[in-house]
Parts: sequence; structure tokens; C-alpha cells
Amino acid sequence: MDNKTPAVTMRNITKRFGPILANDKVWLNIYRGEILALLGENGSGKTTLMNMLSGIYFPDEGEIQVDGKEVVIRSPKDAFDLGIGMIHQHFKLVDVLTAAENIVLGLPGRLDLKAASAKIREICDAYGFEVDPNQKIYNMSVSQKQTVEIVKVLYRGADILILDEPTAVLTPQETDKLFAVLRNMRNDGKAIVIITHKMHEVEALSDRVAVLRHGQFIGDMPTKTTNAQEMTNMMVGHPVVLNIDRPEPKNPKPRIEVKGLTVRDIEGTLKLDDVSFTANSGEILGVAGISGCGQKELLEAIAGLQPVEKGSICYIEDDGTREELIGKDPLSIQNMGVSLSFVPEDRLGMGLVGNMDLSDNMMLRSFRRGHSLFTDRKTPHQLAETVVRELEVSTPGVSTPVRRLSGGNVQKVLVGREIASAPRVLLTAYAVRGLDINSSYTIYDLINRQKTDGVAVIYVGEDLDVLLELADRILVLCGGKVSGIVPGRGAKKRDVGLMMTKLGGEQAHE
Amino acid sequence: MIDLLGFLPRAIVQGVPLLFGSTGETLTEKSGNLNLGIPGIMYVGGISGVIGAFFYEQATVSAGTFQPLPGVLIPLLCSMAGSLLMGLLYCFLTVTLRANQNVSGLALTTFGVGIGNFFGGSLPRIANSSLPSVILTNTGNAFRTTLSGSSSPSALETLFLSYGFLVYLALAVSLAAAYILRRTRVGLHLRAVGENPNTADAAGINVTRYKYLATCIGSMIAGLGGLYFIMDYSGGIWSNDAFGDRGWLAIALVIFTVWKPDLGVLASFLFGGLYILSVRSSSSMTMATKELYKMIPYVVTIVVLIFTSLRNKREDQPPASLGLAYFREER
Repeated sequence: MDNKTPAVTMRNITKRFGPILANDKVWLNIYRGEILALLGENGSGKTTLMNMLSGIYFPDEGEIQVDGKEVVIRSPKDAFDLGIGMIHQHFKLVDVLTAAENIVLGLPGRLDLKAASAKIREICDAYGFEVDPNQKIYNMSVSQKQTVEIVKVLYRGADILILDEPTAVLTPQETDKLFAVLRNMRNDGKAIVIITHKMHEVEALSDRVAVLRHGQFIGDMPTKTTNAQEMTNMMVGHPVVLNIDRPEPKNPKPRIEVKGLTVRDIEGTLKLDDVSFTANSGEILGVAGISGCGQKELLEAIAGLQPVEKGSICYIEDDGTREELIGKDPLSIQNMGVSLSFVPEDRLGMGLVGNMDLSDNMMLRSFRRGHSLFTDRKTPHQLAETVVRELEVSTPGVSTPVRRLSGGNVQKVLVGREIASAPRVLLTAYAVRGLDINSSYTIYDLINRQKTDGVAVIYVGEDLDVLLELADRILVLCGGKVSGIVPGRGAKKRDVGLMMTKLGGEQAHE
Repeated sequence: MIDLLGFLPRAIVQGVPLLFGSTGETLTEKSGNLNLGIPGIMYVGGISGVIGAFFYEQATVSAGTFQPLPGVLIPLLCSMAGSLLMGLLYCFLTVTLRANQNVSGLALTTFGVGIGNFFGGSLPRIANSSLPSVILTNTGNAFRTTLSGSSSPSALETLFLSYGFLVYLALAVSLAAAYILRRTRVGLHLRAVGENPNTADAAGINVTRYKYLATCIGSMIAGLGGLYFIMDYSGGIWSNDAFGDRGWLAIALVIFTVWKPDLGVLASFLFGGLYILSVRSSSSMTMATKELYKMIPYVVTIVVLIFTSLRNKREDQPPASLGLAYFREER
């Protein structure tokens, strides 16, 4: 394999963002007919490196060769001309345009959508995609959007494909489909780079792995000769224990009881349909489901942020007193002694204010406390410092605006703040979305510590493998209905996956 | 029943400045630039044409050498040059320097109205005239040359042929703009830039160039609205502040037509009709009623806003990145 000419060679690539060194003299080879997994923690510079290949950023130093010839990639167009296409983590699609319009966007020549649609169908047939060229993007599911992105790149004749965390938003079934397509493309002689945090995906899909750490290239090797433990150690730089703890729940008592919960969104679409379950103290209740199946609405309804059509949500004290949460606003839910800590899906949009610094963001939770006219700035400042220290947030200081931090660090700040308010019920959605393996484990630890302290944790997650390892019970949502509640111990990934797509899983479609 | 055939041409000539303004602003907004400087740019478009025509008339009228063709072309080019400069200034502020679009636009409007009134006040002094207005009857007549040859035109002839060339140009420009936006690659790219510049950039579209071009061309089109008002509608007479609030009405029209220039043709005539209701039957109306009539177009716009927002159809919403500056390497 090593005596082939690489499709792409990156030598000595260095990129700085202000004082931060994002890539430091990185070397990387990409071969045709091979799937390369690019591994690294958050902020290790994987996406930056690939962005330089796709023309989004321009390297400060170093050179890039394609098929042995040195090239200069100044813009995405240059990259396309060299046959390099990147599928970004945040889809680059225009919502109000159709699939076909998005696919031909930026190409020269006369606009002929009919001819384009025909070519799109051809590509879809060749690799096994399903795309309706005339469907508007805003009507599409996440996985459909991703398919459009891949077709877009292929339409431009790309034979070097880069996928940045493609599976972060897919169900297990959709992921399998994607992998099948990627293998088809590899066998067709295309070079494929996939950026991911999920070890089992690396092992299942890739032929070779390359590891980055703190912007530096650590090494690469054939996937067959390595294992998850070794790769993780290389990423982190020291040995890491790769098991998620699942202590037995101690003395679980019903804490939140939801009965017949029905929620409609502003447009009148049914988001939650007759949902009933109980969350116990000292227990993690995992919530699984395809994105948009009502997870967000469920958490928001409990937190008092979502109007409820019918049903009841009861908070049960240790002594058995029950209090109805519906009809109370978030503030009074807090004031009556019910502490709900909410890590929203969209962490910067709802959880934190990007332009404010760490201490001020801590203060968002506490500014109403105290009796004087002036706010207490000292406590939040100390809290910010504690969070930075304990969760190893990499930041120049607590007075840095949150938007300057990388995604993983933003997440740590948010989770840290929510946990610091000593909740009785902890609601989290996608607490580890986009986090690398090391930070994810830090978060799992934090959540487990809350659980052992007797907090009722409701954990909405997207990685089924983690849910299966972490949660005591798993509530599976499908289209706003409860598809089933299964015990976390001994649950099979395939069964839960099926329950996510069909009510009741296999039993329902006999 | 009111005399519809008599009313329509009047509504049309009243609507043409609005049509130029809204077509220009629609193109601009499709690139994601919310140019609130349009009212000022229309003033500048008007006064630039007036300045060009003024000096051409100064040089030719007394000598008896005034020719209609240069008499039209000179003001036309001057007007477009003036609005182009305003458009470039707006782009430099908001695209290159990434200044706040609302603030920049409002500043340009104040600035443009000021420029118009300043030169509108100084030109009569150069001509040693005691009148408060600039009077360019020769140029006005050249602009007003119509297609209709007969001296007593029929009602249908009046409806279709009784206008100067700028009216037909306004129609042609807005229909062309609609076609370009809907059917061509340039239009597709422009829409993508206004909706999601990040995506457009990643697709290899030069976002800055599209923003500059759309905004400058849009400004030039809008400026023609000012020129038409002075040269054709007013017959070549500039009086300070005569153009009034038509620029804001043009911006309201953009919302009213949900960013569709071809709809703007009909909508501008409707707005024109509503506008003359207030200007026209002045003798029988008190000032208060007049002011109420003046409100109608804005009320209609608010109603349209309410309905499009209620229906919440994605296609009827403003371009998603409208009003936002774009910077590629922002993290």
C-alpha cells in the first residue's frame, strides 16, 4: 500500500488563528481506493487541516501536492478543479432551493436543471443513493441533506472526498447505509477521508488511521494492526480507560412522572403524542430517537419552556409530595425547589451568550440571587475558574468571550455550569455532541457522579453505543410516541435502532 | 364609477418611481444587503441627472443647439453615475468594512436627501434665477416624448402609448430582473449569496463580487426612479423635497411583493393609485383625510407582512442573511 503514489500529500502544513496554533507542521498522505480515518480530540486541528485541502482556509506554511504535483488551493473552486470535495459537519446547503439547484450551485455555464436532474439520478443509481432533485432542502431529513451534500461533491467529479463527522446526526440504520455507499466509492477507486470520534466506526469502515494531537501529526497505521485503546492513547497522549461506568442505581424513587404528555409546535404539528414514563432518582434515563422525534420538546416541556396541550408532569419529593409542573414558568419551577438543569441542543443559541465571557455566562444562572442592588460577580467568577480547572477547558482565561472557544470547550462550560447548580433533576440533550473521546468521558463521569448523588438524570443522546453503556433504562421515541422503554443492561443496539424507526420495533411490523 | 381608463395612466406614472426603486432594492436585498439608503440614492439619482441636464441646457439652449438625444443621454448617464457612487459607498461600508447595514443605509439616506436639496438650492443661483426650483423644460420635454403620434389619442392609446421611454424601461428592467433571478445561473448564485453566503462561498461563488454588483446595479436602477420623477413626471422641474417619501414606499413595495420584481409591476401601479388618492382630490378633502390616504400603502404593507409571517411559507420570507455582514474565516 505504501509504494502507491498518494492522491494527496500534505507537507509541513502550519496554520495559525491569531495566537492559536491550529496545525503545526503536519504531514499527511491520502491514497486512492482507501478510506482514511482522521482521528483527534476536539481542537486538535482535523477540520482545519481538511479545510485547507478544500480551500476554505489557506495554510500559513507548507505545501500540498495532488498526484505528485505541487498545487495552490486558494478557494473551494480550486479544490473542485483538483477533484477534492468536502462534506462539512454543518451542511452547506441553501434551505429555500431544491436539491438540484443546490447541487449545481457555483458551476459555470447555462442553467439547465433538467439535464442536471438526469445526471443526479445517474449518480444516485451508480452508488445507491436516493435523492429527489426537485425536493426543497427545508423539507428534508438530516440524512437526506447529507446525501445531497455527497451527491453535490460527486456531481463535480470529485474523486477525493472528505467527510467531517458524517455520522454525528444519523441513526444506526442510516449510518450503515452511508458506510455501504462509502465502500462502493472506495471500490470505485476514490480516495475517502472521514473525520470521526467514534472508535467502532473507525474500526468498521477505515483502511488506515491517522492521528492528530494538539495540531501535530502523531502517526498513521493500517486499521487492522491497531485497536481502539491504542488509537485513543495516541489521540490523548496518555493511557485512557475506555469503559463507561454504570453503577447500580441506589435506592431509586420516582422523581418525575409524565402522563399522557401531548405537545404541538407553533405550526400545529404533533411533536409529542401521549408520552408517559417515570424518571427515578439515582438513575439515568436515556432517551433515544432519530433527531426531531420530540426529544427537544420533551425536555422543554419538563423545563417549562414548551406549552403543553394535555397531560401531566409531576415532580415527586422524597417524602412523596407531588407537584404539578405544567403551567409553571421556568423561574417558578426553580423557585419551588425543583431544580431542572437544562443543556439545550443548540448550546450557543439557548445555553450561553457567545459575546459574553465565561464568568458572565456563569452569572446567567445566578444573577437573581443576593439582596443588594448590585450583582454578585465574585461567585460566578470563582465558579468559572473551578469549571475551567476541573473540566480542563482550554481557554486563555475566564474573561474570554465564549464564542472564541472551540465547540467542545463551549460544551464543557455549559455542562459545568448546569451541574454546579446542584440539581435534583438533570436534563441534558446531546451533552457530548461534537466532543472528543476524552472530553466525552469527562462528561459521562460528571453525569454518573450526579446519578450517584441521587439526581434523576434524563439524558438525550445520539450515540446509541453510549446510551446502551450509560443509561439504566432507555426510553425510545419514534415520531413523538413512546416506542418502548427498555432496560439499558443487556439491550441490543439493533433492537433499539429498529424501535427508533418503527413503533415497538420488530414486534410492530410482523 | 370613477373613470378607470383615465385613472390607470395616472396610477402608472405615479407608480414608476416606486417600481424602479423596488426593483433596485429587491436585487440588492437578494444579495443579503438591506440597503436602507435607497431613498437617498433616489434623490442622488435625480439631482445627478438634473446637474447634467442643467449644464447641457446652459451650454445649448441660449445658442439654440439643444438636441433631444444628448439631452436625454447626458442626464441619464449622470444619474446612473451618481447612484453608482452611492452604491459603491454603501458596499465599501458594509461589505468591505462590514459596518452595520442599517446604520450605513440610514446615513446614506440622510446624506442623499441633503445632497439633493443642496444642489437643488445652488443650481438656480448659478443660473441667476430667483426661483426656488431648477427648471429644465427642454430636457423634460425630451424625456416626455411619447410613442403616440396623434394629437387626440384614444383611451387605449393613452393607456399604452402615452408615456416617456423610462416607463417602458422600468417595466423591462423589472421583468428582466425577475427572469434573471428565477431562471439563470447568475440569479441562482445571487439568491444563494443572500440566503447563505457561507454555502455560496464554499460552492466557489465570489460573495463579495456578487454583493457589490447586485448592490451597485440595484442602486443605479433605483436612481433612475429619481430621474424619472424629475424629468418625466415633473416635466424637468426640481423642487427641494418634492420627491417626498417615495423612497420608503419603494422599500415597502419590496416587502409587499415578497421579493418578486415581476409582481412589483402590478404592485407599484397599485401603490401609485393609492398614492394619488391622497395627492389628487385635494380640494374636496381636509388635510387630515389626505394624511389618512397617504397611510394606505404603508398599512397595506403591514397587512402583507402579517399575512406572510402568519403563513410562514419559506419562499415568501426575506433572504435569510439579509442585513448580516459576511466574513469567511470567522470561527
